[in-house]
Amino acid sequence: MSDTIRDSVKAFVVENFLFGDTNHELSGTASLIENGVIDSTGVLELVAFIEDRYGITVADADIVPANLDSLDRISAFIASKVAAPVTA
Amino acid sequence: MCGFGGYFGAVRDGRELLERMTAAIAHRGPDEQGLFIAKDAGLGHARLSIVGLGDGQQPMSDATGELTIAFNGEIFNYVELREQLRTKGHRFRTSSDTEVILHLYEEMGEDCLSVLNGDFAFALWDSRRRRMVLARDRMGVRPLFYTRQGDRFYFGSEVKALLQVPGVSAEIDPLALDQIFTLWAPIAPRTAFRDIFELEPAHLMIVQQGSVSTRPYWSLDYPDREAPSRHTDERAAAEELRALLTEATRIRMRADVPVGSYLSGGLDSSITSALAAGMAPGGLRTFSVTFDSAEHDESAFQMEMARALGTQHSSVACGEGDIAAVFPDVIRFTERPILRTAPAPLFKLSGLVREAGLKVVLTGEGADEVFAGYDIFKEARVRRFCGRQPGSRIRPHLFRKLYPYLPGLRQQSAEYLASFFGAGGAALDDPLFSHRPRLDGTAATKLFFSGDLRATLSGYDAAEELASRLPEAFSRWHPLHQAQYLEARFLLPGYILSSQGDRMAMAHGIEGRFPFLDHQLVEFAAGLPPEMKLKGLVEKHILREATKDLLPPSISRRAKQPYRAPDSHSFVGTGAADYVQAAMGEAQVAAGGLFNPRAVAKLHEKCSARPASGFRDNAAFVGILSTQLWLQTFTGTSGRRSEAA
Repeated sequence: MSDTIRDSVKAFVVENFLFGDTNHELSGTASLIENGVIDSTGVLELVAFIEDRYGITVADADIVPANLDSLDRISAFIASKVAAPVTA
Repeated sequence: MCGFGGYFGAVRDGRELLERMTAAIAHRGPDEQGLFIAKDAGLGHARLSIVGLGDGQQPMSDATGELTIAFNGEIFNYVELREQLRTKGHRFRTSSDTEVILHLYEEMGEDCLSVLNGDFAFALWDSRRRRMVLARDRMGVRPLFYTRQGDRFYFGSEVKALLQVPGVSAEIDPLALDQIFTLWAPIAPRTAFRDIFELEPAHLMIVQQGSVSTRPYWSLDYPDREAPSRHTDERAAAEELRALLTEATRIRMRADVPVGSYLSGGLDSSITSALAAGMAPGGLRTFSVTFDSAEHDESAFQMEMARALGTQHSSVACGEGDIAAVFPDVIRFTERPILRTAPAPLFKLSGLVREAGLKVVLTGEGADEVFAGYDIFKEARVRRFCGRQPGSRIRPHLFRKLYPYLPGLRQQSAEYLASFFGAGGAALDDPLFSHRPRLDGTAATKLFFSGDLRATLSGYDAAEELASRLPEAFSRWHPLHQAQYLEARFLLPGYILSSQGDRMAMAHGIEGRFPFLDHQLVEFAAGLPPEMKLKGLVEKHILREATKDLLPPSISRRAKQPYRAPDSHSFVGTGAADYVQAAMGEAQVAAGGLFNPRAVAKLHEKCSARPASGFRDNAAFVGILSTQLWLQTFTGTSGRRSEAA
C-alpha cells in the first residue's frame, strides 16, 4: 500500500512541480521546500491532490511540514489517514 | 524627453545610419528629428518637445560649434543653473535646459554632472578634445546603450537604434537570461543582448580614440549602523521631508506643456498628485488603470482621491484579454524578457495619456525604495526576528501579517510560512538575506531551462554575481538599508524604471517624472534612521507623517497593495491569443533552444487547467512566453534580427 502511495505521490510531484524533469534526484527524505520543488501555492495543490486522489479530508492542523515536506512524510501521512476509521 | 543615437569612429554612410537609428526610436521623440555629423562622430536625435518648444532643437551646438549634445530627459533645476551661469558671463541663445548642459560643461567639464538635478542620458561631442562624453542620471531613469564594432563605438537610447548598425545582430546573452530568471533583470552593464551593454546609473563614460573609460560620479550611500543619526527628532525630520518633496515636485512641474499625474489609488501617487494639484495652472489631469478582477483593481481609491483633489480624471480598463493583446508590443519595447505582466497595463496607461493630448506625467515611483515601502523589507524584519529563535512556534505567526492580499498564504500554517520564508535556516549574515527567499523562489523558474542552456551556463550563479557587486561599506549598514540598497541599486533601474517606467511610457512618447527620485530627497531619506521608515511593521512611516494632511485618512492609513496584474491567466483559456500557443508550442520552443519543450508544454497545460497558479508557475510562464516573443521580435526564426524590430 505504502509503496503504491509513494509511487503515486512521486509521480504527481514530478509531473506537477518538476514538469517531468528527471534531472532532480528526489529521494524519499529530501525536503520539498528546501529543494525548491514546491512553493506556498504548491502545498495547496498537494493537499488538493491528496484529497482528490485518496478521498480523505486534510484538516488545517495537518498542513504542516512534518506531514507534507518529503515523499516519505507525505506517503506516511496519507497511509495513516487512509487507515484511520471514518467518523461521522 | 527624447531619444538619441550616434557613433564615434570612422563610419561609412554616417548620415544614412543616423537616419535609420533615429527612425528606429522615433516613438521616443515624435515631434522633431535632427542630425549632426562631424569627422568621425555623429549624433541623431528624436525630440519630444517639452521645454523650449520653439528653440530647443537637437543635436544642439554651443556658440563656438566645438561642443554638440544629444540629450534625453530633463534637467529640473535648469532655471537656477542658467541664472548662476549668466552671472558668470554665459550668454544663452535658447530657453531650453539642453543649452544649460553645454554651458555647464564648458564651465566645469564632466564635473558638471554633480550639479545637475534631473533624469537624463546624454552624448556630448567635444570636438576640441576629440572625445564623446556619455552620462546617465543618478537613479537610472533614462537609458543609454552602447556597443562596439572594431574601433567604432555606437550608442543609443534603445537597443533598437543599435540594431541598425551593420554587423550588429541580436543574440540572447545566456548569462543575462539567467540573471532575469533569478533577479528579474540583467545586472548592468549586461543586457539581454549579447555584446550590447548599458551605461550604469550615475556613471560617466568617456570615449576617445582607442580608449573607453567609465566611472561613477555619484553613489547611493547609507550611514554606518553604529553611527549616531543627525535625525533624532521625528517631527523635524517629517517637516524637512515635506519641504524636500514639495520642492522636488515643484521643479518637476516645469514644462512648456501641461503636466498630468498618474493616480493608482495608493499612497505614493496620491501624494505626488496632491502636491501637484496645488501647483498646476488650470487644474491637474490624473490618469489610472482599472482592472476587471477585484484582486487587482483599485478604482474605488482612485476615484476617492480624484474627487478629493478635484482633478479631471481619466482611466483605462485593463482586462486579461487586454494584457494578452498588447504583450508582444510590450516585449518589443522592454527589449528584454520579463517575469511579470505588470508593464502591460502601464503600456495602455501611457497610450491613454497620449490620447488625452498630454506628454508629461508625474508618478509615485521610487517611494517604496526610498522610504522602505516594499513588503520584502517587513518580511526580512520578521525573518530576522524568527531567525533569532528558530525553535519558536509563536514567532512565525507574524508571517500571516505580511501578505493579507494573497489568499493562498492565509491557508498556510505558521510552520509552513516559516519554512517558505527560510526563517529557520537562512544565514543571518548572508548579504542577500533580505532577498534570499525571493531570489530562490524566482530561480526555481530555471527548472524550465533546456539542457543546452544549462550546459552553457555551467553552474553560473546570478545571485553570487549580485553579491559580488555590493560596495565595501555594505556590511556596515543597517539590515534595512542593505535591503533598500538592493532594491534601489539593482531592481529599480533594472526593472521598475526601465520595463515598467521609461519603456512603457516612451512607447507612446510620454515622459514620466519621479519626485520621489529627486537625488536630494534620496540622500535625505538614506540618512534617516531605519525606524523612521519602517516603524514596527508599518511601512513608509515618516512619509505618512509628513503628508497626512494632504490625503483622506482612508488613503493615508491604507496598507500597501503592491501593483500587480493578472499573469498566466491572461494567456490561457478559450479566448487565449493565437500567438501564445504558437510561441509556447513544442516545435517553437525547441527551435529557440532555451527551454525544455516538454516541460513547457506541461506548464502550459497546468496553467490552463488551474488558473490560480503560484508565483513560480506564473513567473515561469510569463518569462518563457516573453523570451519566446523576444526571440521572434529581435532575431526572427532564422536567428537574424527582424526588420520590424
